Amino acid sequence: MVIEYPFSRTTGPVIGAFLTGLREGVVVGIKGSDGRVLMPPTEYDPVTSESLNEMVEVGQTGQVTTWSWTEGRRYQPLDGRPFAWALIKLDGADTAMLHAVDVASPDQMSIGMRVRIRWRAEREGHIRDIECFEPEVGAS
Amino acid sequence: MSDLLLPPSLEGVEMVRSVRTPAHLDYSYTPGRAMSRFLTGLAEKKIRGQRCPSCGKVYVPPRGACPTDGVPTEEEVELPHTGTITTFCIVNVSFYGQGMEIPYVSALVLLDDSDIPLMHLVQEVPYDQVRTGMRVEAVWVSDDELKPTLESIKWFRPNGEPDRDASTMRGNA
Ligand SMILES: [Zn+2]
Repeated sequence: MVIEYPFSRTTGPVIGAFLTGLREGVVVGIKGSDGRVLMPPTEYDPVTSESLNEMVEVGQTGQVTTWSWTEGRRYQPLDGRPFAWALIKLDGADTAMLHAVDVASPDQMSIGMRVRIRWRAEREGHIRDIECFEPEVGAS
Repeated sequence: MSDLLLPPSLEGVEMVRSVRTPAHLDYSYTPGRAMSRFLTGLAEKKIRGQRCPSCGKVYVPPRGACPTDGVPTEEEVELPHTGTITTFCIVNVSFYGQGMEIPYVSALVLLDDSDIPLMHLVQEVPYDQVRTGMRVEAVWVSDDELKPTLESIKWFRPNGEPDRDASTMRGNA
């Protein structure tokens, strides 16, 4: 049996801008009071709790800061194939985001490895507009 | 936050305001012995209940035990396909996955010879004529569509008999 609740939620302006970026094929973070770029962006500064408003574009390549292997399930990234959940710090960002890295086995994962975004062809403004990350070609 | 500063790549594009976050639960249901008899019965156009050996009440769908006496209900009872509406609801709100044109009536139907009502749809009558005490009969799907599910009964419809006095159903609604 299947039960499905078709929820939608409103994003607010900051996450809305982040998701708009994904739809447009760019990644945007937000500048914090201490000059750090928070990505994914937050509406409020984690240090001062002030509202933040300066959205900045970051790179589409980055570095794995930590990771964990999973066998994969339906409805998860990569549609049931094994993959690595990883925290990824994109170039130009100072915080990391959680996403999937598509490699064949955990031997190919390491902290500090370089990865880049694999975009979905059809994007709608959703975190899954990023299909996953993959090892950056030519990076050691 | 109306003064959000956007990078050039996002200037002038339509902003995302909401995101789909469906919750999806995919699971298998194990009916157990009593419910299995009930469900397989439906595939044969039979409605099967079970009688409590202690209080004599007939439960449908059967759960295998009497909730009052805590004893197994092993005697199976095949029930007639007629019953009486004990209470009902006129549904005026549409929702995802509904598959019914609104307004429609969802009712509790006390099958004859049983002691607990079954929830089902009432059709083939204007929604504003449905009432407590109305006599109804099951309308089944065609024989080749029968399956072990309550959906083998499409709905109930009035069977033309005079209303049953609601006070005779007290304690069963
Ligand atoms: Zn009993």
